[in-house]
Amino acid sequence: MRATADETERALTRRAFLKASAALGAGLTLAIYDPDALGQAAKGGTTSSTPFAPNAFLRIAPDNSVTIVAKHTELGQGIYTGLAMLVADELDAAWGQVRVEGAPADAARYKNLLFEDEQGTGGSTGMANSFTQYREAGATARAMLVAAAAERWKVPADSIGVKSGTLVHASGKKASFGELATSAAKLPVPASAKLKDPKDFAYIGKGASRVDAKAKSTGTATYTLDLKLPDMLTALVAHPPRFGAKVKSFDAASVQAVPGVRFVVQVPNGVAVVATNFWTAKKARDALAVEWDDASGFKYSSSDILAEFKRLAGTPGKVARNDGDASAALAKAARTLDATYEFPYLAHAAMEPMNCVVRLAADRCEVWNGEQFQSGDQSAIAATVGLRPEQVDIHQLFAGGSFGRRWSHDADYLVEAASIAKALATQGKSGVPIKLVWTREDDMRAGYYRPANYHALRAGLDAGGNLVAWHHRLVGQSIVSGTPYEKWMKDGIDPLSVDGASDLPYAIANVHVDVHAPSIGVPVLWWRSVALTHTVYSIETFVDELAAAAGKDPVAFRKGLLAQRPKELAVLELAAEKAGWGQVLAPAPDGAKRGRGVAVYRSSGSTLAQIAEVTVRADNTLRVDRVVCAIDCGLAVNPDSVRAQIEGGIGFGLSAARHGAITIRNGAPEQSNFHDYRVLRFDEMPVVDVHIVASTGKPTGVGQEGVPGIAPAVANALAAATGKRLRKLPLALV
Amino acid sequence: MPTFFVNKDRVDIAPNVPGDTPLLWMLRDSLNLTGTKYGCGIALCGACTVHVEGQPVRSCQVPLSSIRQGAEITTIEGLRTREAQALQAAWQKLDVPQCGYCQSGQIMSAAALLAKNRRPSDADIDAAMNGNLCRCATYGRIRAAIKEAAKALPA
Repeated sequence: MRATADETERALTRRAFLKASAALGAGLTLAIYDPDALGQAAKGGTTSSTPFAPNAFLRIAPDNSVTIVAKHTELGQGIYTGLAMLVADELDAAWGQVRVEGAPADAARYKNLLFEDEQGTGGSTGMANSFTQYREAGATARAMLVAAAAERWKVPADSIGVKSGTLVHASGKKASFGELATSAAKLPVPASAKLKDPKDFAYIGKGASRVDAKAKSTGTATYTLDLKLPDMLTALVAHPPRFGAKVKSFDAASVQAVPGVRFVVQVPNGVAVVATNFWTAKKARDALAVEWDDASGFKYSSSDILAEFKRLAGTPGKVARNDGDASAALAKAARTLDATYEFPYLAHAAMEPMNCVVRLAADRCEVWNGEQFQSGDQSAIAATVGLRPEQVDIHQLFAGGSFGRRWSHDADYLVEAASIAKALATQGKSGVPIKLVWTREDDMRAGYYRPANYHALRAGLDAGGNLVAWHHRLVGQSIVSGTPYEKWMKDGIDPLSVDGASDLPYAIANVHVDVHAPSIGVPVLWWRSVALTHTVYSIETFVDELAAAAGKDPVAFRKGLLAQRPKELAVLELAAEKAGWGQVLAPAPDGAKRGRGVAVYRSSGSTLAQIAEVTVRADNTLRVDRVVCAIDCGLAVNPDSVRAQIEGGIGFGLSAARHGAITIRNGAPEQSNFHDYRVLRFDEMPVVDVHIVASTGKPTGVGQEGVPGIAPAVANALAAATGKRLRKLPLALV
Repeated sequence: MPTFFVNKDRVDIAPNVPGDTPLLWMLRDSLNLTGTKYGCGIALCGACTVHVEGQPVRSCQVPLSSIRQGAEITTIEGLRTREAQALQAAWQKLDVPQCGYCQSGQIMSAAALLAKNRRPSDADIDAAMNGNLCRCATYGRIRAAIKEAAKALPA
């Protein structure tokens, strides 16, 4: 027996059903034809059939709305607002007339200028690669509106001014953008347009309110998990417990008869149960009997992985950097220090678990997703369903967080959804929209973790306490090896393994950095700030130990090694000043120990210093009270957004520092949800003070830049408070 | 057959609806009230917070069979109280949301707090909000926005 409609919905009384259907109907029309309803356009205004669209990045409608087309996905980082500010500033638009929608997958128009020819959002490149491009888009449109007004008013173009969305002439003539849109659309697009002098910026460097704040404060922003299409079915997949295991057999009949279950189909990484709604699909998926073939599955545990890492750490790795002669200098050093560090796998655990919607027709595949990497995902989906990449349309929706997870090298969950749609198509069910939903457990157990790492460091001080030798060996899986990104490897080394270590900022005469990248059957991926999540920890805590060994103040010791690095010096001094470094920390009222710790680093072109203040109670529980962060990110286009990203990055990094660990047992992850993979809670969030270095330089990254410094700053503060040096993450004093 | 009210609209559940269906999925899949989010399914993240009789509850752990006859359920879509309006204004003024996915639940918890305590202390705020996770770690701004909203309300 098969159900023919959503069981729950059918069972509602007529009154509620009509209400639900009406809501559904309205949502559908808008969802398909109006990006506004998809939450992409975060501000008011309506589309028009005759907009003025001088380029791919904006259009102006006769209703006076200015719609910015965002080539980058809004993952929370505020890029929709930032891109809109660039256009609005050059256009001299009023903020209230601006709205934003997500761009389609079309690398020819929307490629990331820092990613060769690919369209994607990642690596804190959004503002850096768009800064000039989106300003030019706005300036071009402005020039054409002015030309249209000049023609209409029969006055010279240079006698027309634009202010807050209105064109004005000394004669008193005025026109809105909307009034001129149709005329401007008929003019030739100029090859170039003059950009503003930065002193005339209206929004850039000053700020603007987030375009998505209202929708996200009222429950109206639409994420992929919220999307509903006609006749849509929901799919959940039974995945193998062990990484790499395969389906041996399954008993489809055991759940096929459940009302609401429509299909049970095998996909490459498991068995999909397709039903009329989530709850039906979940219960049936959970009840489905699947026998797994573990022959190809991963069999090891975290203890085995660590043992192998330690073994490798005793042998030379591939050399990532070699200055002077570190071995000889260590042999001659007055004093040497050694330390080893252990870092666990980490899950991204975005609040919206991975999910997407796929509708496959004969010659077209439509995808809805919090889409981070259009170019690669188009190709992967196309290959799965047997179409060409340009036959795959991707609708970009708000993403409920990502932290790197929604850009995987094999488009994992998207390919899974496409496989289900393909399987249904072969059963004659082409064109049925399939929403693939991963539960929290599915999401957390899928892998794609920040790679576990083991670092061994040795350094030498001379008789004067000067750091003269540095030896850093890293052991951890490569993220790009064996993936389409293998082309990023340099001399056999994955830069995403050694960033931060191979470009150690400190002036040390003898530096040796090498790396082992063993192949392990646990899928790994970039995780907000990538290698810096571990390299900055080992470097900045070890430097702190060396400062103590040399009898020097941690900030002064670092400054002595950074004489040639003015940006690092500047943020270090700014953070130290704002944190009151050198002054005694106010004692805790109950006599608990307190301490202050520092870290300095570079990330995505930005330079940062963090100073953390901690309290350690008698029972060894801890609290991070305050974090002061100084950042040089070039010109801060939206300063409050920079602050928000640093606050969030610090919270995200602190979450991992205090609680984050995925452990593997017999080939399977042991954690599954927030009870055993704890994340930072409300009462654990420190006060965060962000100070931005004034700069006219090109904008650099802010999205992931708060993450790397917090764990070492806290560990150094704990060492200051307790004398204990913690070399294993997450941090534990007992 | 259980009958209750969602955002003041009457909803009757037929006997053939599985009683173990969580309120969350009825709201999302049947009533299309998608402002209430799924985050963990085990009442540990707070993204699915709604009000049942004015109390904040995790709708992922409320089976339809457990809902009292005639109960008043409020979701983010139906939240119209003074506290909610003050909170939503403060959320926008301080640009609290980042990815935004958890924010419906955050506002439902904060609105329940302010409804019974117009002048919450930091400890009160911690206690009321500790069940709501935010992976973007907007916690500092949420705290500031709750205080901002409280200031706008008569004690």
